[in-house]
Amino acid sequence: MAEAAVQTKEPLFGKKERKLLIDPLNDNNPITVQVLGICSALAVTTLVFKALVMSIAVVFVCAFANLFTSLLRNSIPKQVRMIAQLVIIASLVTIVELVLKALNYPVYKELSVFIGLIITNCIVMGRLEAFAMANKPWRSFLDGIGNGLGYGLILIVVAILREIFGKGTLMAGSPVEMKLIGPNNEAEDIVYLINTAAESGIGSYFSWYANNNLMVLPASAMFVIGVLIWIQRSWNRKLVDIS
Amino acid sequence: MHSTRQIYTFVLMMTTVVALVLAGLFTLLKGIHQKNEAVFTKRAILASVMPKEVKGMSDDDVISLFQSKVKQTVVDVNGNVISQDEVKKRRSIGAKPGLAEDLDLAKEKKQSDENRLFPLFEYETSEGKVFITAVRGSGLWDEIWGYVALKSDLNTVVGVSFDHKAETPGLGAEIKDNPAFPAQFKGKTIYNDGEYTSIYVRKGGAKNTKYEVDGISGATITGDGVAAMMYDGLKYYEPVFQKIKEGKLK
Repeated sequence: MAEAAVQTKEPLFGKKERKLLIDPLNDNNPITVQVLGICSALAVTTLVFKALVMSIAVVFVCAFANLFTSLLRNSIPKQVRMIAQLVIIASLVTIVELVLKALNYPVYKELSVFIGLIITNCIVMGRLEAFAMANKPWRSFLDGIGNGLGYGLILIVVAILREIFGKGTLMAGSPVEMKLIGPNNEAEDIVYLINTAAESGIGSYFSWYANNNLMVLPASAMFVIGVLIWIQRSWNRKLVDIS
Repeated sequence: MHSTRQIYTFVLMMTTVVALVLAGLFTLLKGIHQKNEAVFTKRAILASVMPKEVKGMSDDDVISLFQSKVKQTVVDVNGNVISQDEVKKRRSIGAKPGLAEDLDLAKEKKQSDENRLFPLFEYETSEGKVFITAVRGSGLWDEIWGYVALKSDLNTVVGVSFDHKAETPGLGAEIKDNPAFPAQFKGKTIYNDGEYTSIYVRKGGAKNTKYEVDGISGATITGDGVAAMMYDGLKYYEPVFQKIKEGKLK
């Protein structure tokens, strides 16, 4: 009862709440600053579309795991709290898998291993321990969304670079057909910036580019993330002191 | 501190709720899942004949095309036709009708040659009958498999479609991801100068245009796997081909 009274006094979406959403995108990014969740960032960033699906899944799992853990935080016995958190994460991940399998089977086939591995993603567990166990549901939910987005942002940036340089396409393989930013008239070559039907060498602005196979291999994601961290730190000076 | 009793109550309640929610969702979506799986297999089979058209087809189109134009047969290694009832008796496939598409090909590969069952699809096209066979082998990391469509002369390849479990993206995975690789198989012949050659994946470029295709650079072992799969996989169908040619396959 006391909790409800306090909540009505504070604005539903004030400065603190905004900070919860924005902070993980830059100042406290789970990948580039906390260096968590690297494993899946290496695995699913070959295609932008895959990275997008993975990001949505992580945002969902992170947000709701935070919400449920926060709701239960006072009744979870301390001795089994890790197990309880894992049960919450695992069931949410199973829900994502079941729904994805019904919505888009080919994508499920390609991503199912990595979706399953969200359970072991340190970002989710880390937020539950560090935030949801000590904060109210609404804020925990926002914190989950923020961290999921921070993870997704890096994933998509890495995927864009890897797909362009590794395959010469952008958004290829998406089941929703898209052909954006293309030729002005019929006479020009039919190439697009974003073309879901593009194959390596055909149908994309980047088709002229000889594919760099290194960019397709997981090791390249490590280099790309490394360079991103470097760029972020040279631009955001306050991060340099932290580490 | 919580007492042991409280902990047990909490854990029990939590697992019950989670189990009920997940079981409910699973039951709810089971029908859609099964349909998706069936359509996925059908698409892979049809992709060997017409890779581009299949991509644009809706799920319902695929199902109706399969029902109207594709004849399914299950055969054994000696080329004998196995009836649907016999398939149901020998394999636990649940409520499925025991057609060729219902076979779990990964499990069939583990059977001994005498017990193994093979699917055979006959597809009526405007240019005559096409026979589609299933092949299965090993790539670099894990299993690779595919469907090979042959013209009614049982020699000329109409097309192939490949898939894999865990080949490297950008290298071995190109057998599926890059349409140019399976496209090379079109028009190749598996019998050359009276000898069974199957189709060979040649590292560094095909030498014999009749039955060789170019390998993918950086994916030599996957390419060798595809070559071995094509050789062994189609060899299993030789007795069947013989019977079809003699008109003895019902």
